[in-house]
Amino acid sequence: MTQTLDQIFVIALQRLLGLLPVAVRPLASAILCVVAILVVFPLLFAITTWLERKGLGRMQNRLGPNRTGPFGLLQPVADAIKSLTKEDIVPITADHVVHFLAPLVLVMAAFLAYAVLPIGRNMVLVNMNAGVLFFFAVGSTVELSVFMAGWSSRSKYSLLGAMRAVAQMISYEVPMVLATIVIIMEAGSLSTVAIVEKQAGYTGIFPHWFVFTPWGFMGFALFMIAATAESNRSPFDLPEGESEIIAGYYIEYSGFKFALFFLGEYLGMFATSGLAITLFLGGWSAPFSFLTWIPSYAWFFAKLLVLIGAFIWIRGTLPRLRMDQLMNLAWQYILPMALINMLVAGIWHFMPVGPIRWLVCSVLLAAPCVVLSFTLKRKKRLQVRTYYFAE
Amino acid sequence: MTVIFLILAVLTVAGTAAAMGMRNAVHCVLALTLGFAGVAALYLQLDAQFVGFTQIMVYVGAVAILAVFAIMMTHSPTSVQLPAYSTHWLAGGFVAAAVFAVLAWAIRASAASAQPLPPQPDIDVQQIGDALMHRYVLPLEIMGLLLTAALIGAVVIAMDRKEEIK
Repeated sequence: MTQTLDQIFVIALQRLLGLLPVAVRPLASAILCVVAILVVFPLLFAITTWLERKGLGRMQNRLGPNRTGPFGLLQPVADAIKSLTKEDIVPITADHVVHFLAPLVLVMAAFLAYAVLPIGRNMVLVNMNAGVLFFFAVGSTVELSVFMAGWSSRSKYSLLGAMRAVAQMISYEVPMVLATIVIIMEAGSLSTVAIVEKQAGYTGIFPHWFVFTPWGFMGFALFMIAATAESNRSPFDLPEGESEIIAGYYIEYSGFKFALFFLGEYLGMFATSGLAITLFLGGWSAPFSFLTWIPSYAWFFAKLLVLIGAFIWIRGTLPRLRMDQLMNLAWQYILPMALINMLVAGIWHFMPVGPIRWLVCSVLLAAPCVVLSFTLKRKKRLQVRTYYFAE
Repeated sequence: MTVIFLILAVLTVAGTAAAMGMRNAVHCVLALTLGFAGVAALYLQLDAQFVGFTQIMVYVGAVAILAVFAIMMTHSPTSVQLPAYSTHWLAGGFVAAAVFAVLAWAIRASAASAQPLPPQPDIDVQQIGDALMHRYVLPLEIMGLLLTAALIGAVVIAMDRKEEIK
């Protein structure tokens, strides 16, 4: 029974394919899986917009959307209808072709990343050997679409936003990849499915997730900071800082194209969260051995919702960083910590199993963390700011 | 010669040709990116996953962005647009055809092309990793050291700049 419930989507797909002639089965299987992803994740996007507005509203001591449907639950539908019926305005000086292509490239890249995420047991679109590499390769095309959007609009604000966004994404991609390397070192594979399987066992009732090791925990923290910056979310939302450059690179987009940018951004956030779950939080495996009867995909989405909740919480809590603070954080703190983390993961691998390994690796990580924080803090001399790029 | 190969080849050639022919420098870079992506897809079609994804990551993700930044930093939109085409297109075409002919002749006549192709080995990322970590570990370490030094050097240069201006 548990087995059937766990594999219900896989079995349903097999049954459905059984009805078709053998020749078209591979194609039909691919199309069905793609359609499932195209339906489920935009739905999750709709739910998240509601959750975010409600959550932020509560944190800011207001109600949030409450007019459409019970508890404002139909707000995403209203938003979708609104953005679909709005006029699509393209600036007269804009580069029309590039302006049109930018949101398409963004959404396409965002959707492609889901191809390698194992959503449940046996539920992955493509189980390729180079899964993690594919994820980052696809993710790097997002930068190009952001640049296309900012440049083609021929607006100062959008160009500034695009420059900020691209600089930020490039800076944070380095520590993000370096933070995942520890997992690849330990798992010995780039395949997302193999990495999840590596974490599937239990000691007593506790799982073997990589986050429950000193280097895994540090890697997870660094990865999540970098992921927040990659998806341009608060406190790293400088590319669309409303008080400075209005909406950044998509300021000249309206109607459905604006909605596409929103969709792409959220899909990117879900995908990086999904990768964090796959790499550090055991993918679809249950957090305790006595909870394995709950289907694997339910665990994946539960973890995803928890991470989304954390993102919303952070957005409601932290103020926006300044550009130099953002860059300093990436290059002076996260990057060295990621490099040290790699070293510690190597030491962990070659030390005998036991509490001594735990102690040594924790100290080796905590000490540089503290030292780096204090040296960087001491270097800050508080004085009258001199602006050397603006008068 | 499959249909997919033909589509990808046309895409790649069209992208790189447009990169040479377009008037706007940013358009050129975007067209070139299409060419890069086409080449990556060709690698993937040959089952070379590692090379294909690295091509996307390095060329589409980094080199294209670098080129675009370089153009934006140096190129003012109000400057006079120089004609992108040379007026001597006939001579240029002749030189291109001659170079192609020489290369094609050299490849046809070489000893390597006369040998029958060995059976295609089934290489996956795991094997590439094994080779890098065992047989080629010294070159890999040297490259890694060089790149890390370059990375830290870039950070140091960026840090010093602030002091100089003050």
